[in-house]
Amino acid sequence: MSAVFVILWKDLLSEFRTKEMVLSMLVFSLMVAVIFNFSFPPGSEFIQQAAPGILWMTLVFASLLGMNRSFVYEVDKGCMQGLMLAPVNRTAIYLSKLLVNFIFITIVELVVLPLFSVFFKLEVLHVAGQLALIMFLGTLGFTIIGTLFSAISVNTKTREVMLPILHFPVSIPIIICSVQATTAVLQEQGWQVLWGWCKLIVVFDIIFLIVAYFTFEFIIEE
Amino acid sequence: MSDSIASGSQTAAIKVHGLSKTFGNQFALRKIDFELPPGEFLTIFGPNGAGKTTLIRILSTLTHASSGEVEMGGIVPSKEPDKIRRQIGVIGHQTYLYENLTAEENLKFYGRLYGVTDLDQKIATIIASVGLRLRRRDCVRTFSRGMQQRLAIARALLHEPTILLLDEPYTGLDQHAAEMLSGWLRELRSSQRTTLMVTHDLERGIDLADRIAILKKGRIVFYEKRENVDRSNFKQTYYKLVGDEQNTA
Amino acid sequence: MDNKSSSPWVRILVVATLITMLVDLYLIFEFAPTERAMGHVQRIFYFHVPSAWVAFLAFFIVFIGSVGYLWKRDRKYDMIAHSAAEIGVLFATLVMITGPIWGRPVWNTWWEWSPRLTLFLVLWFIYIAYMMLRSFVEGEERSARFAAVFGIVGFVDVPIVHLSIRLWRDIHPSPVIAGGDGSGLHPDMKITFFFSLFTFTLLFFWLLVQRLRLEKSTVATSELKKQIAY
Ligand SMILES: Nc1ncnc2c1ncn2[C@@H]1O[C@H](COP(=O)(O)OP(=O)(O)OP(=O)(O)O)[C@@H](O)[C@H]1O
Ligand SMILES: [Mg+2]
Repeated sequence: MSAVFVILWKDLLSEFRTKEMVLSMLVFSLMVAVIFNFSFPPGSEFIQQAAPGILWMTLVFASLLGMNRSFVYEVDKGCMQGLMLAPVNRTAIYLSKLLVNFIFITIVELVVLPLFSVFFKLEVLHVAGQLALIMFLGTLGFTIIGTLFSAISVNTKTREVMLPILHFPVSIPIIICSVQATTAVLQEQGWQVLWGWCKLIVVFDIIFLIVAYFTFEFIIEE
Repeated sequence: MSDSIASGSQTAAIKVHGLSKTFGNQFALRKIDFELPPGEFLTIFGPNGAGKTTLIRILSTLTHASSGEVEMGGIVPSKEPDKIRRQIGVIGHQTYLYENLTAEENLKFYGRLYGVTDLDQKIATIIASVGLRLRRRDCVRTFSRGMQQRLAIARALLHEPTILLLDEPYTGLDQHAAEMLSGWLRELRSSQRTTLMVTHDLERGIDLADRIAILKKGRIVFYEKRENVDRSNFKQTYYKLVGDEQNTA
Repeated sequence: MDNKSSSPWVRILVVATLITMLVDLYLIFEFAPTERAMGHVQRIFYFHVPSAWVAFLAFFIVFIGSVGYLWKRDRKYDMIAHSAAEIGVLFATLVMITGPIWGRPVWNTWWEWSPRLTLFLVLWFIYIAYMMLRSFVEGEERSARFAAVFGIVGFVDVPIVHLSIRLWRDIHPSPVIAGGDGSGLHPDMKITFFFSLFTFTLLFFWLLVQRLRLEKSTVATSELKKQIAY
């Protein structure tokens, strides 16, 4: 357990120094959000309906960008081998990377979400709690998958492309459910509907946390 | 030849039997056997691509052998990897250092992973002894290759391993630092640490060794106790065994 | 080479597959009555649904092979998973081709985001990604390991994808998808349908065996190379 926090501390420290991941995700997602805005006629009503979808696509794209980096550090100077040489449980490496990614993406979301609601003229303050719940569950979902797959993609010839190709089809349930849940909240469809979607995200999160927990070792062990 | 290889009657620190490793359909190691008694120093020479790094990677649990057995201090690494990992210190081709962390932070990170006690104290000592005290708060990114290598040595020794696996540890070190490293290795040997070192530096390799091996195309073609090796002649022996071929394994 | 290397079981499988395929064709085009509302195009149903079944079966075998490989580290399991994935993608493609051919006259549209067709589209992407992953990783041991992990994740994902798509469709019901497949089938249609399922299953195993033999001879060649190198 403590190994998780040792690695977490190291990653946070390193990011604090460079701000590479958080900044690039942040700038990227803001740009995408703005550019999506231009795909609608000015003042269109559709934009509000499409907002949840745009929001999630923006976040997923941005996080793929960030998660791709999470193992690059480890692999490039052979640090992964340094980690593997230490008497550290392999799943601790996974859990720490998951936490790191989750923390960074959450930071990005905390900045992006308010700006997004301003750009897209959404009323979010009165449903902030519900949105936070969806953000938490959904983000956890695609981070669980993304962390696992970035350990794979970092070892392939086409790092940057491989992660989205692996990630998107598998995370479709997360995207569908998160988008629909967000829509349900914004259109005030009630707790019943919201819970229907969230239930599925919870199932996804739990199942894939278990699967990742057991398979991660096989990715990094030679 | 097998007589000289299977020597000690007590449990060997490193015991390798019938070890093979293939990559696809290419052999990196072919049925390697040797034993190294505790506290002894084995130097392995060999041309590029002979399989030296592969051997070290297997011993250090970074990769699995295709077949054969390994035992270190009575422990089978593939069965109890964490137990063996605590006892080995490895210097590899890469430094395993994080560029955006300072020298001190790198050591702190690895020290914590190994659960080293009295960490700050030990870091201060070791950083001074590798001559990086003045640069300890600088990011590794700003270090020269040799400075990084010094830190990599500190990293490998920090948790006081009983078995050292060194893959070309002299890489990038200046004369002074290389002398220093030799000094440490001599010191460590006298404190009953078992060492397996791969190097291309014949002089230094022989100086330190209790036993000398030559690896060629994945096979051990030479394995002798130091006292049986004619030092003045070794260069010729080496070239006779491996040097006549331009292309390596 | 064909006769020497194949076991009697393989030969029985080959013959059985060929015969049932012929019978199946007869059943589909002669024996089964023409559906009143949809006409002849409904016969594609006897290809469409069994293809879907075979694709599922194949992906399940990818899963089994992947688990087996990670557990036993035996190349054999990886070969099974790899071969099954290829066949699965083939049949998933068939599902997506036959679906619209059937759907065009019935639903009056080439592509309908029906739950099943959408599910197959997603499956198709997952296993295309599986194949791409295999070819983008260097070293066969590593590629087998990564593929096995992805094969497990991908298969575990299938029911969740299915559920989420179903839920999504419930909220936005599609225009006209009346008359589900299974409702009130003529007995002769049922016979044809189940026979077709059986035929496609045999065909799948035949293809799997053939694909494995191809893989094995590739490996045998590289083994020979290794021996020469030794
Ligand atoms: N990951 C790998 N994939 C495929 N082949 C490999 C891999 N690692 C090593 N090899 C092969 O195994 C053989 C031994 O390599 P190894 O790195 O052990 O050599 P070495 O003796 O350390 O050489 P050097 O002196 O250059 O460091 C070489 O033929 C090499 O091509
Ligand atoms: Mg080497």
